[in-house]
Amino acid sequence: MKELWTLFLTFARVGCFTFGGGYAMLPVLQKEIVDKNGWATEEELVDYFAIGQCTPGVIAVNTSTFIGYKRKGILGGIAATLGMVFPSLVIIMLISAVLKNFSSLPLVQYAFSGIRVAVAVLVVNVVIKMLKTSIIDYLGAVIFIIALITGILFDISPIYIIIASALFGILFKKIRSVNNV
Amino acid sequence: MIYLLLFSEFFKMGLFAVGGGLATLPFLYAFADKYPWLDPAVLPDMIAVSESTPGPIGVNMATYVGYSTAGILGGIVATLGLVMPSIIVIIIIAKFLHRFNENFYVQSAFYGLRPAVTALIALAGFEVFKASVFTLERYGVTKQIAHLVDMKSILLFAALLFITNITKKHPIVYILGAAALGIMFKI
Repeated sequence: MKELWTLFLTFARVGCFTFGGGYAMLPVLQKEIVDKNGWATEEELVDYFAIGQCTPGVIAVNTSTFIGYKRKGILGGIAATLGMVFPSLVIIMLISAVLKNFSSLPLVQYAFSGIRVAVAVLVVNVVIKMLKTSIIDYLGAVIFIIALITGILFDISPIYIIIASALFGILFKKIRSVNNV
Repeated sequence: MIYLLLFSEFFKMGLFAVGGGLATLPFLYAFADKYPWLDPAVLPDMIAVSESTPGPIGVNMATYVGYSTAGILGGIVATLGLVMPSIIVIIIIAKFLHRFNENFYVQSAFYGLRPAVTALIALAGFEVFKASVFTLERYGVTKQIAHLVDMKSILLFAALLFITNITKKHPIVYILGAAALGIMFKI
């Protein structure tokens, strides 16, 4: 029980000090998990993070669940995950409650008009970075264009585009590996 | 039953939003499209809040949507819905699959997934861009091309695009700076 509580608190701390998630959490994780608690080596942590990246869901949550599970089984995974999301729950709800009350003020509206532009810039930068890393060959470009056109023309859930592209990736690699043998 | 619906919608996001960071964004636009409780116009504000507060962006967005849709319990239910698939999938992988990320099928699936996810996020990004720069309502009234975009926003966009690519500060710095400029120039 005590160790579950420690897991919860440790990941709540990680959640408190990670802004934006993803790679931003690696240095914090390293300090809490490797240096302070010795729950994993640095190499293991990078492995867990890699698994967190290629499983569905939020990377930070996946990595927390994995480390918690390795420590204390299923309950450990749950404790670590709840710890990770706890700060978000509290902070975001407080902020939303405040925003709701002030959002009609002209000052706040001007601020958010500026903020929206900044967010657009940040998203554009993310997309440019993703374009560079995710499209590595012609087929990647074809998949990108097909997904883009499908998304524009049809009102379908992203779920189907994601499933179709994953199946296509497997099919293509399978055919190529069969042909190469 | 709104809580059940929030849980199941965010469970689906947790199960299919792959790629981290903004991966939940296309799903949130689809969600706003489907249900009347979420105004797509608030999504860019939500991204700003999620990026400027501690915690993973996906989790912050789930809490935000859940809370603004159905109060405190809504925030909790949406967030739990989002993380539930992670708990299930990760525990299965940790138990049965060694070297999961080096598995042939996983790597092949991601070969196809990455460009598609980029396309989905690019589309969602265009919605964010539209909300920040275009003034379609004003254009609808006046029908003048000059009223299609907000000049101040375009200038700020260009300036920030340049600055963010030569300085590498944390997103909060740019968000706060843009807020100050928004107030100063009444954007």
